[in-house]
Amino acid sequence: MLNRRDVLQIGAATAALLGSSPFTRALAQQRLTQAELLKFEAVGTVTLLHVADIHGQLVPIYFREPSINLGVGEARGQPPHLTGTDFLKRFGIPEKSADAYALTFEEFEALAKSYGKIGGLDRAATVAKTVRAERGDDKVLLLDGGDTWQGSLGANASRGQDMADCMKWLKPDAMTGHWEFTLGQARVTELIDSLDFPFLALNIRDTEWNEPAFDAYKMFEKGGIKIAVLGQAFPYTPVANPRWMMPKWSFGIREDDARAQVEKVRKAGAQLVVLLSHNGFDVDRKLASRVGGIDVILTSHTHDALPEVVKVGKTLLVASGSHGKFISRLDLDVRGGEVRDFRYKLIPLLADAIAADPEMAAAIAKARAPYATQLSRVVGQTDSLLYRRGNFSGTFDDLICAALLKERDAEIALSPGFRWGTSVLPGQAITIEDIHNATAITYPQVYRIAMSGERLKDVLEDVADNLFNPDPYYQQGGDMVRCGGLGYSIDINKPIGSRIAAMTHLKTGAPIDPKKEYVVAGWASVNEGTEGPPVWELVERYIAREKTVHVQPNSAVKISGL
Amino acid sequence: MQNLSRRQALTVGAGLVTISVIGWSGQAFAAAKEAADEITKFTGGKAPDKGKITIELPEIAENGNTVPLSVSVDAPMTADNYVSDIMVIADGNPRPEVATFHFTPMSGKAEAATRIRLATTQNIIVVAKTSGGQLFTDQKLVKVTIGGCGG
Repeated sequence: MLNRRDVLQIGAATAALLGSSPFTRALAQQRLTQAELLKFEAVGTVTLLHVADIHGQLVPIYFREPSINLGVGEARGQPPHLTGTDFLKRFGIPEKSADAYALTFEEFEALAKSYGKIGGLDRAATVAKTVRAERGDDKVLLLDGGDTWQGSLGANASRGQDMADCMKWLKPDAMTGHWEFTLGQARVTELIDSLDFPFLALNIRDTEWNEPAFDAYKMFEKGGIKIAVLGQAFPYTPVANPRWMMPKWSFGIREDDARAQVEKVRKAGAQLVVLLSHNGFDVDRKLASRVGGIDVILTSHTHDALPEVVKVGKTLLVASGSHGKFISRLDLDVRGGEVRDFRYKLIPLLADAIAADPEMAAAIAKARAPYATQLSRVVGQTDSLLYRRGNFSGTFDDLICAALLKERDAEIALSPGFRWGTSVLPGQAITIEDIHNATAITYPQVYRIAMSGERLKDVLEDVADNLFNPDPYYQQGGDMVRCGGLGYSIDINKPIGSRIAAMTHLKTGAPIDPKKEYVVAGWASVNEGTEGPPVWELVERYIAREKTVHVQPNSAVKISGL
Repeated sequence: MQNLSRRQALTVGAGLVTISVIGWSGQAFAAAKEAADEITKFTGGKAPDKGKITIELPEIAENGNTVPLSVSVDAPMTADNYVSDIMVIADGNPRPEVATFHFTPMSGKAEAATRIRLATTQNIIVVAKTSGGQLFTDQKLVKVTIGGCGG
């Protein structure tokens, strides 16, 4: 398998630049070419192209990968639970290379200035078209793992329409979903009905009769073989997001249903079985070890980007990153109903190097036009890097928490551990687009309530178990709830109820009293009827007043059990 | 796992002789001992074998107030050897006995579906008894969350 070599090829393209740091953007542009990024020695007769977790991002963005992304149980220290230098070493990626920039947080600010923005559906379209032209349409499937129709001002304001309109130029063959469902049952149904490709979800049933609510799979003929693509939506959508928005659908991992569907498509003659999954990487790793007969799982949800395929038994797991940063290509040589050979490449969509596809660029311009004035409006500046990803904190969330504390006059702020949200470089203006990239949801109300110290601990324990339960089937993905005005320590290896300790009210330095009531402001409540102003309004007001924000690294969470 | 269609679910319902579904009293939570006592009462103190039972339950409940449960036992249903009773125990509920399903050979299948209420994260224990006195058991952990911060 040449995937390691492919990575090194990209590395080699930038290896010569390593002498001095930071090197110039002009130099990076000169050395990185589209041809090199797309270079691929084809294998077999089938190519799968995979995108996932685009989160409403139509144009190139900055996105810092996490510095803390811990795995527990069997996943401990295993990909994707590697960050920074450990990640680079594990995959043989040269420091400061384009891949290092795209895949890790190391020297992010300097490398962002050198390599520029990444992503954009117009860049993805260029890659898709190039691969289809090279391989022939009859050999290529493009699959969208979902979390596509949410995550930006445009996606929220148009209720997913801008994304659906642009994605169709990418010509997906199938998709599945998660945040899509937060558009509400009626709207998501309307959008799905408008697609000219199937929305697959073997794990959703109607709540009334417990019968399948979506097509479980679709059969394709590509490269001379029958391919079954099965869809798996995010199993905990009605738990992690408001259930009242999708009251007639019940989700779940439904491992037995997956097993039954695999058997069914194999019997129907599928020579290649692909699971287009929104389970999250660790859930898929476990599923692959328990459900036989799946050749490829295209993973998503946990936003992992891996430059190599992870093999579990005979199953190949692909992780294609988030926010449109990557498109992945997996070539497969399938003979006798078995994968004989494969080659994989995670292609970073470096916007300076990859040309924009004109058709898609026009579609994006049209989709963004109604919001253009809003999107580009400058609210303030930042002195420090604003980012979200990380198991326990991110500076953008610290900023949001500061805004909640101030604008709602609260003692403690809670901000959900979402993994989506783009980054803003130090010295950059913060625009309305940046604020919405971190907050655009359909249930944005900022509540203000009294919570006892005991209740706060319960919340932290509950969320920590979603992240650190050693059995991946009990994990929901997402990161730890972000806290403003509250410090704590966490031992990730303890069971639920005993992970969190030393809870401290930061303003007074006093320990959190279980019996005392605290005024708490937070957003993204899953409860129906939550009242309050939308979070983006408070964040905008706060930044406008501050003019320039400085966010210090968060030191209020002490982590142990690593 | 069976994908219970509407018709199948109704058939299952019709096949049952009686179902006794017991709500909770809202009083103090039962200790695991109370659950164990119920099981002992059902088994007569004999240790059940693990297996034969398929429990369909979510790993994490979408709504603790109404959690879909279906259970089946892979055993013959003939006149002289059939699954006669399936007991469902929730070991963290105030009253742990959730339901006991009773079958006859006429039931055709030892299979039942209902919705149960779970107060908190807990094990759902299923014990099945055959007319010949064989006992089987299995269990599954269902997590009931308070949060909602995934994504």
